[in-house]
Amino acid sequence: MSIFSTKKSWINLTIWVLLIALIIAAPSVLPVFRLNLLGRYLSLAIVALGVDLIWGFTGMLSLGQGIFFALGGYCAAMFLQLNSSGEFPNGIPEFFGLYGVEKLPFFWEPFKSSIFTLISIWLIPAIIAGLLGYLVFRNRIKGVYFSILTQAALLVFFNFFNGQQKLINGTNGLKTDVTQLFGQMVGSEIMQRWFFWISAVLVILAWFFARWIVRDRFGNILIGIRDDEARVRFTGYNPVIFKTIIFSIAGGLAGISGALYTVQSGIVSPQFMTVPFSIEMVVWVAVGGRGTLLGAILGAVLINYAKSLVSEALPASWMFIQGGLFILVVTALPEGVLGWIRKDGPKKLLFLLGINKKLETYPSLEVNEQGEVKS
Amino acid sequence: MTSPLLELKQISVSFEGFLALRDLNLVLNQGDLRAVIGPNGAGKTTFLDVITGKVAPTKGDVIFKEKSLIGQKEFRIARKGIGRKFQSPRIFENLSVQENLALAVSRPKTPLSLLMHSLKVKHLDQIQHLMSIVNLQSKANIRAGALSHGQKQWLEIAMLVGQDPDLLLVDEPVAGLTDEETDLTADLLKSLAGDHTVLVIDHDMEFIRRLDCPVSVLHQGHVLKEGSMSDIQKDPLVKEVYLGKSEEEE
Repeated sequence: MSIFSTKKSWINLTIWVLLIALIIAAPSVLPVFRLNLLGRYLSLAIVALGVDLIWGFTGMLSLGQGIFFALGGYCAAMFLQLNSSGEFPNGIPEFFGLYGVEKLPFFWEPFKSSIFTLISIWLIPAIIAGLLGYLVFRNRIKGVYFSILTQAALLVFFNFFNGQQKLINGTNGLKTDVTQLFGQMVGSEIMQRWFFWISAVLVILAWFFARWIVRDRFGNILIGIRDDEARVRFTGYNPVIFKTIIFSIAGGLAGISGALYTVQSGIVSPQFMTVPFSIEMVVWVAVGGRGTLLGAILGAVLINYAKSLVSEALPASWMFIQGGLFILVVTALPEGVLGWIRKDGPKKLLFLLGINKKLETYPSLEVNEQGEVKS
Repeated sequence: MTSPLLELKQISVSFEGFLALRDLNLVLNQGDLRAVIGPNGAGKTTFLDVITGKVAPTKGDVIFKEKSLIGQKEFRIARKGIGRKFQSPRIFENLSVQENLALAVSRPKTPLSLLMHSLKVKHLDQIQHLMSIVNLQSKANIRAGALSHGQKQWLEIAMLVGQDPDLLLVDEPVAGLTDEETDLTADLLKSLAGDHTVLVIDHDMEFIRRLDCPVSVLHQGHVLKEGSMSDIQKDPLVKEVYLGKSEEEE
């Protein structure tokens, strides 16, 4: 066991060193266009961390994380639109004029405050996730039914947001790249560099936060719920509360992720709530390695970077590659890339290819007086 | 005479018209060790489901420590002091032996306490003690899923004891165990009785005899007979239930 955990921490350390080196080197090496892409993918890693908490640890496959992701994005975008709408007619964002709206809808009002916005980015998605989760978990809906329900909820939100031109510009979404923040254009190079740094720092903080949650008995209860929920109940714990809390946390992380993604991609629209996008989030975690946290970050960043590179070279083929990747992971690497590395996967692959030779016999075992193998 | 720890009054459970339990009465006093036997489909597991809140009875009442348990959630009943071991070992396979026990002994069982506080020293000692009772010290950091069947059964019993319940409900603890393990399990359960009240359900007559305690025979959702093992075995009704009617009697 001790050998195993030391090896595990070495692998983790290596990945962290590489990741941090990448983050520090990127701004001076990459052109701002690439840097912006990397920043976006780092922000996606935050929603992936949430997916890992609820799916990798707790075993609840949510296909509706796009809801909370988009909500975070809308919160940020509403603030930015208000912050730069002073010179427009009625002092409200320009798009309202298209639909003849003259008075700001009431729910926009609080987003004039930057502090309210910074809190609402994670708190509103967390509360909605908590409410939705509580109702679902209280009725003991789980497994496939839970997944279908979250996907249905996603479609409800998608259609609702699409139809609300007069409230949030409907299907067109809210643009942020031409808005102002601290006297700078949000889409400008200097702002985008800042957003890259903020994303990088927040990914690391989100990892520490998630790690802190699962490090001890709270995390063990989550794993216990995944393994055998009834046992958790008969041991005296209320699984509904634990599931609601973790689903709410994942919602909050999704909100932060969505806000960062919005300011770096320049727009938030109901497209954030499409079905494929929420499924992609699950694929990142599956490929990176479920229940590893670090795997979720790796999966989100690497798959998305690969996506942008492949899409530039061979625009039509990305969907095939992504599908193939998912099939490969499900069939050959069920524990994801990180789980595979941790379980000596690379060594086994070398054996299979005949590059390394297998030992001829078992290595000798250390045996104690009772004839038991020492562990 | 103090009031009984657990009392089942006229419990009936009907699943879509099928009566799994009918007018079942049972009384357990503090410190009792009681065995319940019965042929397949006699309602043994349903009867535990009723006590632990998994199944709501169609009629009747369950009184535990002078309070009714009807309508209470499973985790609340567990917190009141009723621990249950399932028929097949149910443990958290992806946690280590020690982590499994830590979840059982933790108190209070609220999210905040699990997140903010580390395990108390007295609980750590309790975990060591529990592992020594069931001989799992050397496996403390092994993934529970990697244990043998018998070790899983014992780990589950240790988790039960770790909950420190007043009443232990043990469903077929020796299914799939070797004779030696069966004997050890019987001794373990006997040593637990006294401090705890223990109710054991099983098929294995040798094991029940070794428990050396009052036995209730369940048949078609009803208590057919109560008494010592030797009385039970002489009883013609019980013989009939287990072996079927002999031809001469018909």
